[in-house]
Amino acid sequence: MLRLRNVDAGYGALTVLRRVSLHVNPGEIVTIVGANGAGKTTLLRTVAGLVRARGGELVFAGAAVTRLRTERIVALGCSLVPEGRQVFAPMEVRENLLLGAHVQYARGRKDEVARDLERVYGLFPVLAQRARQLAGTLSGGEQQMLAIGRALMARPKLVMLDEPSMGLAPLVVKDIFGIVKRISEEGTTVLLVEQNARSALQIATRGYVLETGRIVLQGTAEELLSNRDVQRAYLGSDLDAENRVAT
Amino acid sequence: MKPSESRIWEPQCECMDRAELEQLQLERLEATLTRVVRHVPFYRRRFEELGFDPDEFRSLEELRKLPFTTKADLRENHPYGLFAVPLRDVVRVHASSGTTGLSTAVGYTRNDMRTWSTLTARVLVAGGVTKEDVVQIGFDYGLFTGAFGLHQGAERLGASVVPVSSADARRQVGIMRDYRTTALVTTPSHALNVADAMIEMGVNPASLSLRHGLFGAEPWSESMRKEIEDKLEIVATDNYGLSEVMGPGVAGECLERSGLHLAEDHFVFEVIDPETLQPLPDGQVGELVITTLTKEAIPVVRYRTRDLTAILPDRCACGRTSRRMARVKGRTDDMLIVKGAKVFPSEIEAVLFEVEGIAPHYQVQVDREAGVDRVTVLVEVSESIFFDEMKRQRKLEETIVKRLAAELGVTVDVKLVGKKTLERSDGKARRVVDRRPRE
Repeated sequence: MLRLRNVDAGYGALTVLRRVSLHVNPGEIVTIVGANGAGKTTLLRTVAGLVRARGGELVFAGAAVTRLRTERIVALGCSLVPEGRQVFAPMEVRENLLLGAHVQYARGRKDEVARDLERVYGLFPVLAQRARQLAGTLSGGEQQMLAIGRALMARPKLVMLDEPSMGLAPLVVKDIFGIVKRISEEGTTVLLVEQNARSALQIATRGYVLETGRIVLQGTAEELLSNRDVQRAYLGSDLDAENRVAT
Repeated sequence: MKPSESRIWEPQCECMDRAELEQLQLERLEATLTRVVRHVPFYRRRFEELGFDPDEFRSLEELRKLPFTTKADLRENHPYGLFAVPLRDVVRVHASSGTTGLSTAVGYTRNDMRTWSTLTARVLVAGGVTKEDVVQIGFDYGLFTGAFGLHQGAERLGASVVPVSSADARRQVGIMRDYRTTALVTTPSHALNVADAMIEMGVNPASLSLRHGLFGAEPWSESMRKEIEDKLEIVATDNYGLSEVMGPGVAGECLERSGLHLAEDHFVFEVIDPETLQPLPDGQVGELVITTLTKEAIPVVRYRTRDLTAILPDRCACGRTSRRMARVKGRTDDMLIVKGAKVFPSEIEAVLFEVEGIAPHYQVQVDREAGVDRVTVLVEVSESIFFDEMKRQRKLEETIVKRLAAELGVTVDVKLVGKKTLERSDGKARRVVDRRPRE
């Protein structure tokens, strides 16, 4: 589905990603685990074509996308749900969702949009209830659902989620992860960036650990959950307690 | 379980598309290089000396630019110097078997243990073992990785494991009969001892349940395989591993028995010329070099195994897509230069098996007299011949000398010795005694 080989990327004089190689197979939920500033968001933005790769190659759905513009990448079936939701606050929920369908219009599949809308309402009943409400009046969790729903309106093969649980209450976070899992079960491949590593690894097939722009570990979610470095750095294992036991 | 399912333990890994495998190898190799530079001072120094920046690493082909790791490096950093994780993350410590020189410590994290048992399960399944089998482990349980490695794999796949350890051959036969063992896991030389004990005890192999033998930890010839299979009435497969990179599970034969399938999703394999140290093309015999891709406790980069083999790139009929290695021909340290010719103990073994009336136990002794290597092959013979008239002994000796000369191209001395006079350590035969002075 997605393959990166030795991708370097950054902003201005700053190199953020260093020869990142990773792949996402169809049907997988792959998560990128890493601390703040490790380069997780840059990685997703590079795949989406919002940041230009300086080196290496990106292949999506069999097509070389290294030098493609964002619109082309979206049209190929790769959608990004950006960090911090970024819904259009002064517009209705339904209008926000329809904006996500522009790719379907461009593909000449206008008649399918209504069905896609129903599918999104099925996934997020609360959005159906609030269809005519302005997006800016929604709660944080509802806005996140709207952002995901809007991405799904493009009928993506791969949906990339950047910190979907950020700033949400624990119960809402649980809902969001449940929804990500359902999206995957319904046939959309997921690339998930999350600070909440434990929750992400619990639903993921595989994961990569990104540290200062470099991948230091990769493996199945199970392997990463039982890796001690991952436990210490991202799962909040109590190092002091370990030392007390050790001495 | 359908037969097709039982033949391959992890089809999603063992039958992976080659392009996918190469992507996976690259990802894992890059992560490994980043980790060793961060966590192992030895590699950080080595790479710095060479001016190699792991951030610049771009393709599997570039691996050949990296320095080798040798047994001497392991020894200098013994016991924990090459560990990439703190000792509290290590759940098991083993040591290399010390076939040559001192043993060195190796460690495993919980994930390493899981990988290891998965890979030995692959080898067992490839050799015909299923969860219905009763697997008798005849390796020495201890620091040596053979017993624990295959034991875990057999448990993982759900077989019934009988951990007999390297007990004496008669006891192995007794347990085999009483416990209705169906698969024997040990060294080929110990398997032969077991076969001989069976004959001595008057046990008919056809009366036993034994069907499969998985033998490893020392090089053995096709003739030796045939002898073991005939005497034990089993199908015998070869498997390969070394504790420096993990233990058993690195490679193993499937029932096609045309090379050992390499676990390429967990290791990168290269073959180099042991003298020029340059990579050799597939098919050519040289020294096997292994880089670990998933080891957490001790990742090793380009470990020189000193085992001589060739990589066989063509597809196997079994359905696995992994490349295979030829059966190990010998060790670089065992290679003898006799009057300018390269001689391997395995070649000597192949000849001995074809000579009537001798036991397949032998030892090659090498001395240097006045700058010339002098090779003596000690061969065990049955009591009847040993205590027989000198004339018959002489004749046998001459036959062996002639056959060896024809095969090796050089003349070596042959000496007949009584049965069970040659030393055996942990059931692992000591094939070469090199008494030449070290430079």
